[in-house]
Amino acid sequence: MSNNTEVTLAELMIVAASEAWRGDGEVLASGIGVIPRLGASLAKLTYAPELLMTDSECFLVEEPIPLGPRGDYVPKYSGYMSFERVFECVWGGRRHAMIGPTQIDRFGQTNLSVVGDYKKPKAAILGVRGLPGNSINHINSFFVPNHSKRVFVEGEVDMVSGVGFNPARWAPGMKQDFMDIRRIVTDLCVLDFEGPDHAIRVRSLHPGVSFDEVQEKTGFPLLKAPELGETPHPTAAQLEIIRRLDPHDLRGAQIKGNPPGIRAAA
Amino acid sequence: MNKLMTTADVVAQLRDGMTIGFGGWGPRRKPMAIVREILRSDVKDLTVVSYGGPDVGMLCAAGKVKKLIFGFATLDAIPLEPWYRKVREAGGLELMELDEGMWQWGLRAAGMRVPFLPTRCGLATDITKLNPELKTIQSPYADGEVLLAMPALKLDVALVHVNVADQLGNTLIQGGDPYFDHLVARAADACYVSAERVEERLALTPDQARFNTFERYLVKGVVHAPCGAHPTTCAPEYGWDMSHFKRYVASAAEEGGWQAYMDEFVTPGEAAYQERNGGVERMGKLPLPVF
Repeated sequence: MSNNTEVTLAELMIVAASEAWRGDGEVLASGIGVIPRLGASLAKLTYAPELLMTDSECFLVEEPIPLGPRGDYVPKYSGYMSFERVFECVWGGRRHAMIGPTQIDRFGQTNLSVVGDYKKPKAAILGVRGLPGNSINHINSFFVPNHSKRVFVEGEVDMVSGVGFNPARWAPGMKQDFMDIRRIVTDLCVLDFEGPDHAIRVRSLHPGVSFDEVQEKTGFPLLKAPELGETPHPTAAQLEIIRRLDPHDLRGAQIKGNPPGIRAAA
Repeated sequence: MNKLMTTADVVAQLRDGMTIGFGGWGPRRKPMAIVREILRSDVKDLTVVSYGGPDVGMLCAAGKVKKLIFGFATLDAIPLEPWYRKVREAGGLELMELDEGMWQWGLRAAGMRVPFLPTRCGLATDITKLNPELKTIQSPYADGEVLLAMPALKLDVALVHVNVADQLGNTLIQGGDPYFDHLVARAADACYVSAERVEERLALTPDQARFNTFERYLVKGVVHAPCGAHPTTCAPEYGWDMSHFKRYVASAAEEGGWQAYMDEFVTPGEAAYQERNGGVERMGKLPLPVF
């Protein structure tokens, strides 16, 4: 169990994830999975109260709901967001989602369908789900709990499920303007696509992680952001909110071994 | 007018090679009592159109699926659908893998009797590469934008599980999210519903009547199937059955696992199915999942 003096890597990543939604305005913030959801919830409870969120089912809430069994907490619904409404929201572009794809490539293209050959795959994952539509319609960020060359692949992802900045994939007349890939929060660093021609860059390194280590665990060359620094540590106020939103410490099971946020010196 | 029938009557309407759409979403409100009846039948070579859960997995396990038109298959709390995965990885399934939004867009086109509806979803991905039958179209207006022309997904039969129905074919879906069952029903030549409760004729208040999401003229048959969505959820009444899911998942890792699952749960019929899952007493009280 974490305490105020020992920040976990998951908590550091939640704070890094929350930063993805800064400045988005009134959009639906969809954090899929424990760390992205806690990140979106933290953003809404601190600097971005204008964000819309759901109860992770079909109702909108203005107060993010704690994860897992709720005890005597009763959600306060403010609106409705069935799957049908989600598609209307997605196609209208008023959403910023953060999900964890199986593979990501240098173009920001993502894969959630299969690993290996499409016809006879080494591993069938979920299917493309909403990635094609999300990626071409609204802002997207990604979450990677295991930064490695298996996720950040050489070349293109095995099955391009979500679109990215790969000119070869776009034919004349197709509208790319709504594609907006923001951040990738991993267990090592935060990446963005703000290099020349949307080149992928390391934006910040988690405490104790070197650029060389990130590069070594990535299947393609990375740029260093000029302002490259350390990923901000959670503040006491942020930690208090995270712990209140996650009373069953589900975050503790998200990163293998639940390591501390600040690596012990090697 | 009385559309009441049995699951066996529904399955007697099915033919080899039909395109069948399933309501629900992943492990939620799937017409599983009818699925089990299909598993007991000799119907084969189906094109299955579904936001996939155990409906897709079980039909794949039983070798009923020739082609799958889907955006995903999952049990949610158990992310990877075990039998979909096993059969998919063995190769041999024909596939039309679609963005979730494209899937409902194709059903909508079918229900509106138009050949396609335009969308941006699917462009610049492998969906168009893997499905060359998906064409693009240029906007005839000044913008000239190139869009994907999502073809109508016409269904022979739609199978949907609802909370309440009457003998006329009126239905209520009372869970928080009605999913896309109305579009599945509209896209089909014939829709058969199973229901937790069946009344002779509904007599509702305005607040209750709002849970009716499609018209009875779409409904050809009504089956009374208490706990008919088990092991999937049927909000607001019961949640998914995690212990059953675990048993089902384990079957995919066992030699002869599917036959053992069939022998234990499917072949002996729905009454035995209920008894082996603790009876409707237990099944109908499974807690709804909390996220």
